[in-house]
Amino acid sequence: MNIPGSITTLLIGIGLTVISFWYGQNHGLLPVAASEEAVGIDNLFNLMVTIGTGLFLIVQGTLIYSFFKFRRQPDDDTDGPYVEGNIPLEILWTAIPAVIVLIIAVYSFEVYSRIGGLDPMAHSMAHAPATQQVAYGSGAAIAAPLVPPTDSNPHAAMVMAATDPATAAVRDETIPPAQDAPEMGVTTPRIGATPDNAGQSAAYQINATGLQFAWLFTYPDTGIVAGELHVPVGKEILLNISANDVLHAFWVPEFRLKQDAIPGRQSELRFTPSKIGEYDVICAELCGAYHGVMKTKVIAQTQADFDTWVQEQQVANSPDALKTAIAANPTTPDQFLAPFVQDLGINAAVVEQLHPAHLHASAH
Amino acid sequence: MTQTVPEQAIVTPAHGGSTESKREWRKYISFSTDHKVIGIQYLVTSFIFYLIGGFLATLVRTELATPASDLVSPDLYNGLFTVHATVMIFLWIVPAATGAFGNYLIPLLIGARDMAFPKLNAVAFWMIPPGGILLMSSFFFGAPGSGWTSYPPLSLVDNQVGEAIWILSVLILGTSSILGGVNFIVTILKMRAPGMGLNQMPLFCWAMLAASCLILVSTPVLAGALILLSFDLIVGTSFFNPTGGGDPIVYQHMFWFYSHPAVYIMILPVFGLISEILPVHSRKPIFGYKAIAYSSFAISFLGLIVWAHHMFTSGTPPWLRMFFMINTMIIAVPTGIKVFSWLATIWGGKLRLNSAMLFAMGFISMFVIGGISGVMVASVPFDIHVHDTYFIVAHLHYVLFGGSVFGLYAGIYHWFPKMSGRMINEKLGKAHFILTLIGFNICFLPMHKLGLEGMNRRIADYDPKFAVLNVVSTIGAYILAVSTFPFIFNVLYSIFKGEKAPSNPWGGLTFEWQTTSPPPHENFAVDPVLLIAPYEYGTEEAKEIIKAGPFLATAAAEG
Amino acid sequence: MQSSIDSTSVVNYPAEVAHGSGHHAHPDHRILGVIVFLIAEAMIFLGLFTAYLTFRAVSPVWPPAGTPELELLLPGVNTIILISSSFVIHNADVAVKKNDVKGLQLWFAITAAMGAIFLVGQLYEYFHLEFGLKTNLFASTFYVLTGFHGLHVLFGLVLILGVLWRSRQPNHYSETSHFGVEAAEIYWHFVDVVWIVLFILLYLLK
Ligand code: HEA
Ligand code: HEA
Ligand code: CUA
Ligand SMILES: [Cu+2]
Repeated sequence: MNIPGSITTLLIGIGLTVISFWYGQNHGLLPVAASEEAVGIDNLFNLMVTIGTGLFLIVQGTLIYSFFKFRRQPDDDTDGPYVEGNIPLEILWTAIPAVIVLIIAVYSFEVYSRIGGLDPMAHSMAHAPATQQVAYGSGAAIAAPLVPPTDSNPHAAMVMAATDPATAAVRDETIPPAQDAPEMGVTTPRIGATPDNAGQSAAYQINATGLQFAWLFTYPDTGIVAGELHVPVGKEILLNISANDVLHAFWVPEFRLKQDAIPGRQSELRFTPSKIGEYDVICAELCGAYHGVMKTKVIAQTQADFDTWVQEQQVANSPDALKTAIAANPTTPDQFLAPFVQDLGINAAVVEQLHPAHLHASAH
Repeated sequence: MTQTVPEQAIVTPAHGGSTESKREWRKYISFSTDHKVIGIQYLVTSFIFYLIGGFLATLVRTELATPASDLVSPDLYNGLFTVHATVMIFLWIVPAATGAFGNYLIPLLIGARDMAFPKLNAVAFWMIPPGGILLMSSFFFGAPGSGWTSYPPLSLVDNQVGEAIWILSVLILGTSSILGGVNFIVTILKMRAPGMGLNQMPLFCWAMLAASCLILVSTPVLAGALILLSFDLIVGTSFFNPTGGGDPIVYQHMFWFYSHPAVYIMILPVFGLISEILPVHSRKPIFGYKAIAYSSFAISFLGLIVWAHHMFTSGTPPWLRMFFMINTMIIAVPTGIKVFSWLATIWGGKLRLNSAMLFAMGFISMFVIGGISGVMVASVPFDIHVHDTYFIVAHLHYVLFGGSVFGLYAGIYHWFPKMSGRMINEKLGKAHFILTLIGFNICFLPMHKLGLEGMNRRIADYDPKFAVLNVVSTIGAYILAVSTFPFIFNVLYSIFKGEKAPSNPWGGLTFEWQTTSPPPHENFAVDPVLLIAPYEYGTEEAKEIIKAGPFLATAAAEG
Repeated sequence: MQSSIDSTSVVNYPAEVAHGSGHHAHPDHRILGVIVFLIAEAMIFLGLFTAYLTFRAVSPVWPPAGTPELELLLPGVNTIILISSSFVIHNADVAVKKNDVKGLQLWFAITAAMGAIFLVGQLYEYFHLEFGLKTNLFASTFYVLTGFHGLHVLFGLVLILGVLWRSRQPNHYSETSHFGVEAAEIYWHFVDVVWIVLFILLYLLK
């Protein structure tokens, strides 16, 4: 049977497209998507898998076909055809990847701005410090993003100072805060509000502090300190992330979100959990020997369950109790840390040895 | 400098290589200024370090065979992958791709008798062994455990002695690489044979020129970063230490300003090797010479302005993230030009599927997978999910192993007859290829899924739900380890017992094939003049040249 | 080669004779090598300068509170000395190209003296500054940058003295062969330019 070349090409093209689209939707490589932000990221990934599959098949197909079709016959010592190039063809395979890349870039841009990646600039400019957010009383939690990034600001020292006792007790206050310098390529990392929520403050603010080798979450408006992150689904959460000793990174694979925790800076991660469940919070930046066990849970629950949890915590861990604890023991961060690290199976000696105090000491 | 040349010319027999004296091997452990000796010194040294790096990787994979941290302490585990990566990058790929092949091939390809600065060349090489031994010695003092990236503040507090050793050793290796780069640039620009304009140079020279420019511009910035880091570490300043008002993000920028271009330093020369190998074994001219040549420079230019794609979750402003994302993705275009040109070179050829060709085709196949995952991680929103996970580990091994290592193997098989004067065993070569291809994919393909599902990198303990794929990966690593044995045996056997190689076993057109195998001291008996562009396969002139034998070396005898 | 390379025809070899006679096939590429190497050197400084500017930009107060004022007089004089030395050393280059080795020696000696004065001035400043290496981020960058530059001046000085030493041999440097002179000069200009940027960044801009 003799099928004309153009038809073969067409058929191969259709086949490639079908396989690529099928695989792009059915790769099953990602865990469940449990935040609203995850959806856009997954769609983006699916598109890239589709394109990637197509390219993969073209290149591997050509190689395998050539391998069998063009192998030298045993008695053939002649050279192949003298072909040095083909300008239209070369233009074609420059242009097509350029277009593909442009599509991916534009789509990525779109998704990035939808999850709030581009928001912080507009956001921080648009807000006078005297918004409702300040009423939360947590300078640490919100002041950083409110400071216009280009303003070499005299408040910088206050920016990091946590005014709520819970956060103040947990954070290392001695680390001087750095300020943003976008023109030098250095700013606090953030994922801000989605365009829908732009200009509004998040429903809940939580401060996350990374230290070797645990996460501590403080709820400025209720004074709760917890080793696990509780969040209500469907509500926008603003997580303010910083670190006391070395770099860490807050990552919840099911949320598809990750932010570095940097000592001296406070990064902002705004997101909306969308599926009830318990997910791992993983530290995704090498932070020392026990980096692998620096893990905890995020519990995404209904508003009612969340409220119940808050109440329980407030009884057990009231701000007053907390203040007395601080008064009694100046090394409070350790104290807070102790129960959590025991859960993680790290002995106190290790923690002691790697504690920030050690960092200060050894750095001089 | 070349003043030493005359004396040596007198003592060397007109046609080298035929009578190997018993003392021959000694020059390979001496301060030789012959570019061929230096090239082989680089190749052997770096391959030994590859075995060491691979041994460390095998330990890493063995630890990861079970979810618990049971084989080594978590602290040592960090040391293992840190040294693994440092060895692989600074002591294997960089010295092998630029040092070994650059030194061995460039003078031969451009028809020169040696590099521009032979002594400097030897100095650059002799910095490698001490640098490497120094690095390995860190295991006795607590190996550096903050990754090959050595981010402060962790690197300032974790295993400080090991870290100091790491810094010193990388500084030494970086200096060596800069000296090499200076030499390559001057040699390629100034010492080409008459008639060889830049546009007639073999493509490997273009690639090396582009890579050397990157070395020259980016490596010093790493040196700057390491100098500041060592002050923080040893003296106690706080450039990068936030507790003293320093900024760790500045280190990241400086580090990646080198280390991103470094990945192109590691791949561009290999692209060059592939561009040399494919036309010879496909018996066709390279498809789109100029496009391949210039795209090397496009890649090296773009490579300088994408570094912050390693920092999408740390402190980079949003608009800059977009800038870096787009630049990064655009690199797919010049790289794609190369890939498609290679495919078109193969297309319709008369493929000689020997070990060199198999590895070259394997290179294209594996590198493209790594390239595609590279473009994926360049997308900011997606990278926010997979940054610092096994997806990245998969990407980097597909480009570094599937790319650079496959390409280097192809190069070794292709030029083995020229370097040693003996043919290599093809059966063992093919066994090596098949084992490598299979082991490689079993080892690294599952890592994509692991990363997407939530396994972060640089951990000794992991969630038991990832156990199955990790076991698969570990098995793959063992196959990879085994795959090196046929290669090592093959090389050792063939060097001594292999069939004698003719001067031009593959029918190549570049100058090195027109001289004897191995080439005589000073490479050529006559000063070569370009007669034919390097890839004119399929023409009558090409046939004549190939038939003429090693006329550049034996002309004297005939004349 | 004795026969010029105008044809691909066979040239005689073994070629002791050919190599002996002038050996014009191997021109001297060392100056290009020096220039290419200086690109790398420039990149180290560029990296350090950018780091300095970034530190300056991310710190809320710069220089950090409590940094004493820098005295400008001595470094200013020093700067003038170093910059003028660039003109002085150029005279040596002119001299050697006229085969005037005496002139070369004179100008190189003056340059060396100026370089040495600069270094001494630099050390004097170090010992009289009110801050130490670890005082704060500004102090650290100040010492590391000026120190690193100082090392380069020192190296340039060694080069100059080396050339002076060699120039005592008759005919070592001449109109046609003066690589050492030129290399030292280029290096010295480089060190000079770096200092100008450094001075602006550290002393004037602060
Ligand atoms: C040889 C080494 C090498 C090479 C060549 C590359 C090539 C590329 N790399 Fe990779 N990369 C590494 C080595 C390398 N990388 C290493 C070691 C790391 C990890 C460092 C660490 O953290 O330890 C890393 C990490 C890394 C990251 C950071 C991920 C993270 O940490 O979050 C990113 C992000 O953008 C990236 C992107 C790319 C891109 C876009 C390319 C492109 O150059 C690829 C271009 C090639 C192709 C695209 C394939 C061929 C083209 C076609 C067939 C045309 C058509 C294609 C399209 C239209 C898509 N790489
Ligand atoms: C060119 C670069 C290169 C190469 C070739 C390799 C090769 C391999 N790598 Fe590596 N790797 C990196 C560069 C490279 N790697 C980098 C940059 C990182 C990131 C590090 C970081 O996070 O800081 C990394 C990290 C890395 C990790 C992640 C660690 C972690 O994040 O926790 C793993 C895990 O599986 C791994 C495995 C392997 C394996 C199994 C091989 C195999 O392919 C090796 C195969 C070779 C051999 C097996 C040698 C065979 C010989 C023997 C075994 C014989 C015995 C030896 C003697 C007697 C001396 N590598
Ligand atoms: Cu904290 Cu890793
Ligand atoms: Cu990169």
